Amino acid sequence: MRPDSAEPDLSALSTGDLVVESPAAVPAPPPPATSGFELTPKPATAPDADRGLLEVAIGPHHPSTHGVFRLNAVLDGERIVRFKPVFGYLHRNHEKIGENGTYLSAMPYTDRLDYFCSLSNNWAYALAVEKLAGLAVPERADYIRIITAELTRIQNHAALIGFLLQELGAMGTPLMYAFREREKILDLFEALTGARMMCNYLRFGGCRCDLPAGWLEECRRVVEGLPRFFDEFENLLSTNEILMARTQGIGVLPPELAVSAGVTGPMLRASGVNYDLRKVDRYGLYDRFEFRVPLGEHGDVYDRYMVRILEMRESAKILQQALREVPGGPIVDPKVKLRNFRPKAGEAYGRLESPKGELGFYLISDGSTNPYRYRIRPPSFINLTILEDMCQGLTLQDALVILGAVDIVMGEVDR
Amino acid sequence: MNLPGTGIIKGMVETARNFVGSYHDPERLTTIEYPEERLTQPENARSFPMLIFDDDPVKGLRCVACKICEKECPPQCIYIVQDRDERGKPRKFPRIFDLDISVCMSCQICVEVCPFDSIKMNTEFELSTDDRFGRLLLHRDDLAKSNEYYHQIHATEAAEVDARLADEKAKAEAKAKPAAAKPASPVPTAAKAAAPAQPAAPVKSPAADKPAAKPASPAEPAAA
Repeated sequence: MRPDSAEPDLSALSTGDLVVESPAAVPAPPPPATSGFELTPKPATAPDADRGLLEVAIGPHHPSTHGVFRLNAVLDGERIVRFKPVFGYLHRNHEKIGENGTYLSAMPYTDRLDYFCSLSNNWAYALAVEKLAGLAVPERADYIRIITAELTRIQNHAALIGFLLQELGAMGTPLMYAFREREKILDLFEALTGARMMCNYLRFGGCRCDLPAGWLEECRRVVEGLPRFFDEFENLLSTNEILMARTQGIGVLPPELAVSAGVTGPMLRASGVNYDLRKVDRYGLYDRFEFRVPLGEHGDVYDRYMVRILEMRESAKILQQALREVPGGPIVDPKVKLRNFRPKAGEAYGRLESPKGELGFYLISDGSTNPYRYRIRPPSFINLTILEDMCQGLTLQDALVILGAVDIVMGEVDR
Repeated sequence: MNLPGTGIIKGMVETARNFVGSYHDPERLTTIEYPEERLTQPENARSFPMLIFDDDPVKGLRCVACKICEKECPPQCIYIVQDRDERGKPRKFPRIFDLDISVCMSCQICVEVCPFDSIKMNTEFELSTDDRFGRLLLHRDDLAKSNEYYHQIHATEAAEVDARLADEKAKAEAKAKPAAAKPASPVPTAAKAAAPAQPAAPVKSPAADKPAAKPASPAEPAAA
């Protein structure tokens, strides 16, 4: 199914100009293509300069691009010759805003990075600031963080699979099933934080407010219903022949390429690399919980789908364990000031396993109320860089499915 | 290997189960018809800020125009002008308190930093309008909401705030009493100290950490 370019050729590891060229072929540049066509095909991939390559801009407003995002595809018939992501349409100067405001005022902006997973983003930023300022987090707050982060992971993966199936042509049904479940989780978020998506819930050294009365019971009820949803979702999709035909062997990402391109998250694990920051860093209290890290074998789109399904199941396990033993006590370090919060001069990098991969915040403090440097390592941006490598030689329809399985959110890619 | 098509049939059975279930199982009936039917909002829900007043919508405003929220607001959507009396002396009252809800991102940080429990989150969400400049820039009088309304929308939180304010008021009065009892002559100063007991905390400089360091969130009722 997969053409020969699947072998990790060294030149394919570059993320710059991603056209695979054999080093031997260095002929004279061919004359420009006929009829004023500006695009000169690369000699190695296009020995025949006369064959009609077609450049298509997909997006920036296209339903399958997950936001305002453009894909410049050079097509040979339906096959992809080049596939360049063009982004920046949603650039909001997030990092500069973070540097110009106080540490606290960047917190609500992190909600808007990956707007599906605001609570994970909050946590990553809080982790970085806590590392910078040397703050400890009360146990109860850590439990709340884990519960909210795992709920976030479940709703993100469920919604993503829904969108992926939407791109495969399963109009609506899987997406609506996923959204039905996501809705329950968003209701929990609303009851806890006041907002469904822009939660702005975590604070340095803890959480903003305690769990409202009855929230834990409601959460347990939702978590108990989750395995039933996963079964239903898998019955609906996992053995579906159309899904299998469209995803198995498509968009294979070899582990070497994944590692050298810095890919993280379910994409990396679908390629069979066992790297989960919850196990590697053991931030928060993740070493207290028993869960496994699902790994893929082939690194194709189907494995990415399956890894996400299995991750949701593992998240539900973590949730069951965490909900069983939420301790009492304070939810925030009382010494932390809300205003005039000045960490000592220094730098810190806080990272965690967000649903999309390794989300990191790098902060440099000069001792003032705002960070001197505020930098984000967005997982979906870095996972996007190898899009062309995965799409080489496949058809356009496959490329959109591969893009869907990368799991990008433009708020995070463009920042 | 299964027979080809079994996976699709399995999925069809699942959709059929959901379809049939939607006639009798409330679990499968997840939507409501919005304008006619409404879900009750959770108590913590938030939309945009509002200003709490105690008795009179203008004079009873708890806001003392300290401008902490204006300074801390991440998108800078608050604009405050402090009121002045005839002689130009600043009064602890906002002459102008504008909040641009087309800029506000409902982050609730103004609520957290307010040392006077004056600004709180509203839950009203049906705010769409065709008047972009008029109706999306809320003025002081649009923002003013009574404490009773606050109790209606955030009952638990409002009760905590009331208890805290009463506590602070009692403390301030207890502090003012011995001061008034000991030196007989400086009665005016003691009266002055007792008079602004309604916002409770002393307002020497708005930038002082003390009032803000005390968590204004509803999280620590016991600590406060």
